[in-house]
Amino acid sequence: MKKFQDWQGTIIVWALLLTMPFWIGHIGGYTTLGTRVVVLAVAAMSVNFLLGFTGVLSFGHAAYFGLGAYGAGLTIKYLAASSMAGLVAGVLLGTVGAMLIGLMIVRLRGVYFAMVTIAFGQIFYFVSFRWVNLTGGDDGLTGWTRMPLSLGPLSLDILHDETAFYYFVLACFGAAAAGMALLLRSPFGRTLLAIRENERRARFLGIPVDQHIWMSFVISAAFASLAGVVYAYLNNFVDPRAFRWDQSGDFVIMAVLGGMRSFWGPLIGAAIFVVLQDKLSSLTDYWMTPLGLFFVLAVVFFPRGVLGMLKRRRAT
Amino acid sequence: MSLLEARGVSRHFGSLVAVDDVSLSVESGELRAVIGPNGAGKTTFFNLLSGFFPPTAGKILFDGRDITALSAHQRVALGIARTFQITEIFPELTVMENLLIPVETAAGLRTTPWLTKARRAETEARVQDLLQMSGLTPKAERLAGELSHGDQRAIEIMMALALKPRLLLLDEPTAGMGDQETHDVVRLIRDLHKKERLSIVLIEHDMRVVFHLADRILVLAEGAMLAEGTPKEIAANEKVQAAYLGGVE
Ligand SMILES: Nc1ncnc2c1ncn2[C@@H]1O[C@H](COP(=O)(O)OP(=O)(O)OP(=O)(O)O)[C@@H](O)[C@H]1O
Ligand SMILES: [Mg+2]
Repeated sequence: MKKFQDWQGTIIVWALLLTMPFWIGHIGGYTTLGTRVVVLAVAAMSVNFLLGFTGVLSFGHAAYFGLGAYGAGLTIKYLAASSMAGLVAGVLLGTVGAMLIGLMIVRLRGVYFAMVTIAFGQIFYFVSFRWVNLTGGDDGLTGWTRMPLSLGPLSLDILHDETAFYYFVLACFGAAAAGMALLLRSPFGRTLLAIRENERRARFLGIPVDQHIWMSFVISAAFASLAGVVYAYLNNFVDPRAFRWDQSGDFVIMAVLGGMRSFWGPLIGAAIFVVLQDKLSSLTDYWMTPLGLFFVLAVVFFPRGVLGMLKRRRAT
Repeated sequence: MSLLEARGVSRHFGSLVAVDDVSLSVESGELRAVIGPNGAGKTTFFNLLSGFFPPTAGKILFDGRDITALSAHQRVALGIARTFQITEIFPELTVMENLLIPVETAAGLRTTPWLTKARRAETEARVQDLLQMSGLTPKAERLAGELSHGDQRAIEIMMALALKPRLLLLDEPTAGMGDQETHDVVRLIRDLHKKERLSIVLIEHDMRVVFHLADRILVLAEGAMLAEGTPKEIAANEKVQAAYLGGVE
């Protein structure tokens, strides 16, 4: 029975995602808004892989998001005018960055870990801000666009066709979601749950906790950099704000908002966040404040997120 | 050669000497009890044996090998498993998952990203055995944190057993249990010792349990060794009677 309910959620999510371009217009949205939700959902789910399933809060995932974004943009601009090349380069750059930074921080826990992750994100922010020759500094990296995909005889114009681009992003999302879901159901994934639940017990079951947190951190950052790549493609532009602490904070908000113990929670969090941002920012530029307020209230009243609340309703 | 040997181990916390020059050697297949009044340093001694923190002085050998500098997870890999006086389980995972995790780490699968059907069947069968052994089968799908104290203590012990240890360190396994539950746990420990020849070091407050189960007993008081010997010798020891048995009960 429990198994069926798990699959039920997944089926609904995929049915909605696969048909989004056909219905989003009817409820007052537009395809690119849907694309934005899916892009940010990848980032929020990556943060939640660490937060919800390993019990480690990274408040600096924008570092890897930004590395993915710049890696992809710079590759297309200077090295190879191909969306796939940009994607591979961006994910590689973010992953290698996380491997090195991870080595320096995995011994830290809790608030200390969160603070140091913010610090690393801010370092990247300032470097991208200052290194004008390479990154364009504050004006951002321009003079490039995502490129149409060509797979042998097949080609897909993700540059001009918004719907085609949405499905490209959805394919990336699908790969990330499937990867994370498979890992979480594996013995390795269970060691992460063990660490989240009780680090001391995990250690005395023979799990080298620091090493496993490092692996989880790197995997999570790899998915965050994938999100960064498609974020850069979505905007055909990257600027230093992709690295900044408030970008990291947004990911955490999305993860917590949707429910950090549930697999699809961050997707729902991302949808709520993006839609609110879209509606409120057209009323006022200062949407951060009402949104922040909403977030604080949400965490106070629904600490387990929207999905957690719905599940509890059903259980009682 | 002894399976476990502690040579003059001490542990200081600031000016407090929690464990003071304690030596112990446990033979393979032996059940050794460690007793002593509250605050005697029994749990701290376990923490030294299991690698929770390093000793201030002294050496620990397992199977003739110096393990003093090894971390906790490395000692588990060598075959030393422990339980905690205050239950340490995974409260928001099911009973089944609580047991599956140690079964998988013991099978060397901790970094495995996927399982073959055959492997999965093996680990699940092992979990079923452990559930059966502890009588937890009907509660396998329940969250561990929802169960009674006695059931959680049983999970605590089964998680350590799931590691297939060569040496089991039990820190007051019957703490807070009712009579029936205590009886079940004592029977389980006796079976592990007598039938499976598992080597066990047991910290226990309940003297009936200790004298019933132990081959030999180590008595600690204020961190130091007060006495060491067979249950008969300990029962007759005047120092022990004065400092401990007579004083408490
Ligand atoms: N991590 C620690 N830091 C400081 N002092 C400690 C620490 N662990 C134990 N102690 C102290 O060491 C002494 C021995 O404690 P320990 O827990 O080993 O006793 P015990 O024999 O297990 O007692 P009990 O029967 O109550 O479980 C106590 O005075 C305790 O306060
Ligand atoms: Mg104790």
